[in-house]
Amino acid sequence: MIRFENVTKVYARGARPALDDVSVEIERGEFVFLVGASGSGKSTCLHLILREERPTRGKVFVAGRDLSSLSSWKVPSLRRQIGVVFQDFRLLPNKTVFENVAFALQVIGKPRHTIAITVPEVLEMVGLGGKEKRRPHELSGGEQQRVAIARAFVNRPPILLADEPTGNLDPTTSLGIMRLLDRINRTGTTVVMATHDEEIVNQMRKRVIELSTGELVRDQSRGGYGAQGTVRPAPAAPAVAAPGHEPDDGTSPVVLDPPSAQAEVSAGTQER
Amino acid sequence: MRAQFILGELLTGLRRNLSMTISVILVTFVSLTFVGAAGLLQTQIGMLKDEWYDKVEVSVFLCPVDSPSPTCAVGEATPEQMASIEGVLDTELGDEVEQVFFESKEDAFEVFSERYPDGYLGTPLTVDDMQASFRLKLANPEHYEIVNDVLTGRPGVELVEDQRRIFDSLFLMLNRASLLSAGLAGVMLLAAVLLITTTIRLSAFSRRRETGIMRLVGASNLFIQLPFLLEGAIAAVIGALLAIGGLWLGVKYLVTDWLSESLSWVAYVSGGDVLRLAPVLIAIAFLLAAISSFVTLNRYTRV
Repeated sequence: MIRFENVTKVYARGARPALDDVSVEIERGEFVFLVGASGSGKSTCLHLILREERPTRGKVFVAGRDLSSLSSWKVPSLRRQIGVVFQDFRLLPNKTVFENVAFALQVIGKPRHTIAITVPEVLEMVGLGGKEKRRPHELSGGEQQRVAIARAFVNRPPILLADEPTGNLDPTTSLGIMRLLDRINRTGTTVVMATHDEEIVNQMRKRVIELSTGELVRDQSRGGYGAQGTVRPAPAAPAVAAPGHEPDDGTSPVVLDPPSAQAEVSAGTQER
Repeated sequence: MRAQFILGELLTGLRRNLSMTISVILVTFVSLTFVGAAGLLQTQIGMLKDEWYDKVEVSVFLCPVDSPSPTCAVGEATPEQMASIEGVLDTELGDEVEQVFFESKEDAFEVFSERYPDGYLGTPLTVDDMQASFRLKLANPEHYEIVNDVLTGRPGVELVEDQRRIFDSLFLMLNRASLLSAGLAGVMLLAAVLLITTTIRLSAFSRRRETGIMRLVGASNLFIQLPFLLEGAIAAVIGALLAIGGLWLGVKYLVTDWLSESLSWVAYVSGGDVLRLAPVLIAIAFLLAAISSFVTLNRYTRV
C-alpha cells in the first residue's frame, strides 16, 4: 500500500538529511506506529506519503502510484485516497460538527444527498451521534479529535495517516481514540500513526517502525515503544508483515474493540 | 452543489475583506476611467481626421467680390482665371496634387447655412458673401510649400492655406492629452494589479485553514482557487462598470450637452462610443484580475 525505496530527503542543501536511505513497505490493512524523537523524520514520512514533499532521492509508492512521477494535477486524486488526522484537530471553528465533516465531501464535489447520508453515518460510527449541531469549541478535546477522524474517514479512504492524534489528550481519552482508529483499521483501512505515546504503543502491540535522525533503526511487528524482542535489521528489505500471522510473543495485546463494533462498521461500509 | 458551494465561499470572502474589495473596485474604477478617456480622445481624433484631415489639406481660396488682395484687383475670380488655375493644377502640379475638389460660392453657402441657419453673428449672408475655392489633396502633404509657391500670386487666387497646419496643433493637443491619460492609466493599472494581489493574498491568508483542509482532502486546484479568482474578478469588473458609467455621464454632460452646444461645427464622441469601448474596459478589468490572481495564488495556495 505504501512503499519507500531508498528514500532520502534533504530540505536545505548541505543540511543533515531528514530521511536517510529509508526503505520500508506497509501492506494493505496494516496498523503501523511510526515512533522516534522529534526531528527523527516521522513528519517527513507523512509529508512524503501525502506528496506535500518530494523525496530528494529514492521512490515513494502510495496506493499503486509512483509519487515521483505523479503530475501535480493528479495530486488531489491521490489525496482522496488518504485521510489525515492531526494533533491539533484542525477543525473549522465557525462550522458545526456536521458541516466540518460535510466540508470534506463538498470540496471534492460530492452530491448533496450523498453527504446527507454519509455524514450522519460516520458521525454515529465515531460516537458523536446527536452532536451534529455543536461547534468545535463546545466539544471536549477527545470529541474534537473524533470529528477530525470522522472528516478524515468520511470518504472511506484506503489509507489513514495520523500525526500524533493523542498528543493533546489525556490517557483515558487517548484510549478511546485508539479504539476508534483500531476499528477503522479493522474495516481494512491501512493506518499509519506517528506518535510519542509510549503507553499506547506498548498496549496496542502493533507493528512499530522507529526512526532516529532520519534513519530506520527498527521495524518490529507487535513491538513496543522502546526496543525489545525481535528487531529487524535497519535497512530492511520490504517488510512483509501480515497482521494476525505473527507468532504471539506472549504479551497479548489489549483487546480494544468488542467484535460487535467491527461488524457494525463493516455493515456500514457495505451499504455504500 | 459545486456552484452553490463556490458561491458561498465567494460571498464569505467578499464580506470578510469588504474594505479591500471596495478599494479594488475604486482603483480599477479610476484606472479604467483614464483608460477609457484615452480611448475616447483617440476616437475623437479619429472622427476629426475622418471629417477633414484626409479630405482637405490645402485650400486655394479664389478672389471674392471685394477683396483687398492685389491679385484680386480685377474683382471676383473669372471663369478664365479658374480654368487657368485648374490647368496649372493638372500640369505643373500634376504630380503633387492627387485630387481636386472645386467648391463654388453656392456650395460654400449651402454648407454655411447648414451650420449657421441664422446667419453669422446675427448678420444674414448671401451667396455673394461666399468665396469659391479649390480643395486639394496632396500626394505628399509635406510638399505644401511647393504648391504654395506655384499658386500664390496667381491672378484670381486670394489665399493659399494649409489647413492641416491648423488642425495639427489641435491634434497635437488632443494626442498629448490622450498620452497623459494613458500614462496615468498605466500607473493606476499597476496600482490596481498590486492592490488586487494584496487583497487576494490577504483573503487566502485569512482562509488558510479552509484551504489547508481542502488540499488535504483532495480538492482540485481549480476548486480551491476559483473563489479567490472570482473575488478579484468581480471586484475588478464592478470597477469597470463604474468607469463605464462615469465615462458615459462625462460624455453626456461635458460633450453632448455642453461642448457640442457651444462649438457645433465638429462631430463629437457620444454615449454610443462609450458603449463600444465598454467591452474593452471589462476585458481589461478581467485580465487584470486574472493575471494578478494567478500570480498570487500559484504562490500561496499551491498543492
